Parts: sequence; structure tokens; C-alpha cells
Amino acid sequence: MAVTEMFAIAPHRNESQRRASEPTEIEFRHVGKCFPAKGKAEAPFAIRDVNFKIARGEVVSIIGPSGCGKSTILNMGSGLYRPSEGEVFVGGEAVNGPVKKVAFMLQKDLLMPWRSIRQNVELGLEIQGMAAAERRVIAEDLLDRCHLQGFADHYPFQLSGGMRQRAALARTLAMDPQVLFLDEPFSALDAQTKMILQQDMARMLFEEKKTALFITHDLVEAIAMSDRLLVMSARPGTIVEEIIVDLPYRENPLERRKLPEIGPLAGRLMELLKVGEDTELH
Amino acid sequence: MKSLNNSMFGSLALLILFLALWQWGPGLLGMPEFVMPKLSRVAQEGVLMWNSSGLLEHTLITAVEIVVGFALGALLGIVIGTSLGLSPKAEAMLSPYILALQIAPKVAFAPLFVMWLGYTVYPKILIAVLIVFFPVMINVLSAIRTVDPDMINLVRTMNASRWQIFRLVEFPSAMAALFSGLRIASTLAVIGVTVGELVGGNQGLGFLLVDAEGQGNTSGVFVAIVMLTLIGVLAYGAVVWAEKRVLHYMPKAMLSTN
Repeated sequence: MAVTEMFAIAPHRNESQRRASEPTEIEFRHVGKCFPAKGKAEAPFAIRDVNFKIARGEVVSIIGPSGCGKSTILNMGSGLYRPSEGEVFVGGEAVNGPVKKVAFMLQKDLLMPWRSIRQNVELGLEIQGMAAAERRVIAEDLLDRCHLQGFADHYPFQLSGGMRQRAALARTLAMDPQVLFLDEPFSALDAQTKMILQQDMARMLFEEKKTALFITHDLVEAIAMSDRLLVMSARPGTIVEEIIVDLPYRENPLERRKLPEIGPLAGRLMELLKVGEDTELH
Repeated sequence: MKSLNNSMFGSLALLILFLALWQWGPGLLGMPEFVMPKLSRVAQEGVLMWNSSGLLEHTLITAVEIVVGFALGALLGIVIGTSLGLSPKAEAMLSPYILALQIAPKVAFAPLFVMWLGYTVYPKILIAVLIVFFPVMINVLSAIRTVDPDMINLVRTMNASRWQIFRLVEFPSAMAALFSGLRIASTLAVIGVTVGELVGGNQGLGFLLVDAEGQGNTSGVFVAIVMLTLIGVLAYGAVVWAEKRVLHYMPKAMLSTN
């Protein structure tokens, strides 16, 4: 019994070591971002002096109090806006605008109601100018993998929330991005649908060795899906703690959720985020 | 399906009740015919006008003016609404004048247009264009302005060009608002053309209406009103039909009255 457990754990240790030696895929160097505010001479910083590196194939979650600038980090990573100070690198290159190898996915599925599910999945490929026949092959394959067989010609309003988010995942993967920025992609789903989608997402990230930066409010979700956690402070947000999740089953969050180490880890995060200590209402 | 049948039955019953009231109501209330002619008298007058004063030709002229005015006005509204929607600077500069023009009663321009363009179909079409233009433009403008910014960011991260953002996101997002503008516009077009014909000319249902009024022919006035209403209903119906085809992707509950 003991031996099999050791075997279960041994390969993943090698795995996380191997991953650490991979080249850096995402890097934030002293990044700050301020947004002009009314009635203030100086624009207040949303985030300040954010530094981190994410290796290729790693899944890293950012957690922090609401309004700490998590989404700002994501928007700068995907090139939607430039940092006020510091630099952002993706795949070794400074980000100065939308980057081709990056895709993002939000809490909102952002499916276009006037396009069928297939057309929604093909959106990115259509923008790239890929021929219709080629697009179709890719979309069919992804719809299969995201368990949406038979819904290709449906329209978004005909699908449930979970299926719509699956379609959004298929659309994200259709671009075959090396890097995924995920901004609370599951937070609008019910608890069970959420776990199933986390499972699918984790498996795809693992199998295709994608790099992902994950933003979430759900502490257990963060632990279940990531190699590392970055904890942010309140506004102006900066990274105050890095936690390595040294647990097996990154490709299988349903299993990882059952591990006894989850509880203490979540407890530590609650402490860091001061959950429950705050008398202010959220 | 059953409730649909029931409501259709109800509508039909109301129509029959209305027609019956029209037929026998004036007689029961003792109204003279020159005040309120009964239904059969109006129908009789309609047949007479069809045979002797070219009711069909006048109706067709009015219909063509409405369709042409509506099409041009809607096109203009789409083009200008889109341009202003995409260029906040231009809109900020033009908005006081747009507002002033919107507030000005468009039908008041009718005599002016008749003076400029004579007793032809053109002043009627021009009024229709002007009156149709505003609801379409305003709806398209505000729809383009309120497109979900996350949706635009999504296609931006996919490296979409400015034109692709417009074609793939902004324009399709505005379709629902465009159609609600077109619905309003279709009924306004009828008003615009009718006023134009009332002011001057010797063609169209508006002319027949004034002509009948001059002769004290109340039934003739009603015939013209009925025909104008029919054209309006058809125009509105055509817009609703097109809307159902174009906005087929909307949940049924979102498409209001049919």
C-alpha cells in the first residue's frame, strides 16, 4: 500500500521540477498601472511593483481581495492596455499590443448571439482569414473534445450556462494559444457544473502543456487547479506571497480536491487574505 | 399553440364587433351620414372610387412614395447612425443640431418642400426620408455606442482589424435596435407621405382625402383613411417579417408584439 502511494507521488515531484526548468513564458517586471480618477491630481495605482515569472506549461493562480487589480494584470498580459510602468513579457517578447499566442476567457462567455455555436468557435480562425473548410475541421474537433457534439448549429440562447462556457472554452482553444489568461471563467456556474468544467480544463491544460494564468475568488479551485498561487494585497495590489502547491493530480482536480492537504492550504490562504477578520461588508 | 389560437380567435371576434358597431352604431345613435357614414356606405364608396376615380393608382403612388422614402431614410439613418456611433468626436460636435432637428416637427417642412419641388412625388418622399431618418439613426447610434466592451476586447485579442471589429461585433450588435427603429419608422413614413400629399399635389391617397373633404364626401375620406391604414399595416408587417428572419437567433420572448 505504502509503495503504491509513493509511486503515485514520486512522478509528480519530478514533473514539478522538470516544469521549473522550462523557459519562462510570462514575465511581469515591476509592473504598475494607474487609472485616472476624477477629483484627484495624480492617477491612483491599481497595481504596483508586480513581479512574477511563469514557466512554460505551468498553471498559476492569482488570488486576492476584490478590487485588488487582478483583472488589470490579465488585461495587460493579453495586450489590451499597456502598463504605466514596468514591462510585461509573453514568450520572451515585450507585450505592446494583442499577442497572437495568447487567448483569454472571462466569467461572461461572450458568445455572439447571432452566430451559431460552430461559428462562435470559428471566430478567431475567421479573423485570421483561415479557409472555411479548414476552420470547420478544427471547430468540429474542439466541439467533440468539449462535449458539445450535436450542438454545432444551435444558437447560444438555446444552451445552458455550462454548455455556453464549454463553447467559450472551445473558441479559446481554437486559436491554439500557448498562453491562456482565465478571469474567473467558472464563477457564474453552479457548483457541480463548475467541477466538471474545471476537470475538463485541467486535463486539456495538462495534455497540451499550455501555460495558464488563472484569476479566481475560489480558494479551493485555485488549489485544485494550479502549480503555484500568487496572493495579492488590497489596492494598490502587489504580490505579497507565493505558495507552491506541492500536490499530485494537477490534471485531475476532482482527485486533488479529496486530498487532506487541501484544508490546511485553504486555511493558510484565508489567513493571508484576512477572510473573516474584516468587519467591513463586501 | 392553443393559446395562440385562442388569442387569434379573440382578435377576430373584436374585429367583427368593431365592424358591426361601425355598420349599425351610427344608425342607432341617429348620426347623419355626412358625420359618420356606416360601413356598407364606405364600402360602396370604395368600389365607386375604384371604378371611377382611380383609387388603385392613387394607392399605388402613395405606397411607392412610402417604400422609397422609408428605404432611403432607413439607409441614411443606418449610415449616419453608424458613423456617429463610431466617432464620438463627430457626435459630440453635431449632437445639438441633431437634437434640434429631431425636435423640429418634420411634417412642418411639408409646405416648404412642396414649394421647392412642386406638385410631384419628390416632396412626399423627402418628408418620409426626413421623418424615418431620426428613429433609425438614434437607435443605431446608441446601440453601437453600448456594445459590450468585453466583446470588443475579445476580438481585439484575436488581432481583429478595425473593420473586422465593426463587421463582426459592432454592426451585428446593433441589429436588434435597428429593427425596433425600423418598426417605428415604418409607421412614421405613412404619416410623412400623407401630410405631403395633403399639402399639395393631385396624386395619392392624401390628395383623394382632401378632394373628398372638399366635396363634403365623408365616406370618401374614410376610404382614404382605410387604404392608408392598410398600407401602414403592410409596411409594419413587412418590417416584422424581416426582423423575424434576421433576428432568428433571439429567444422568442425577446421579439415583442407580432
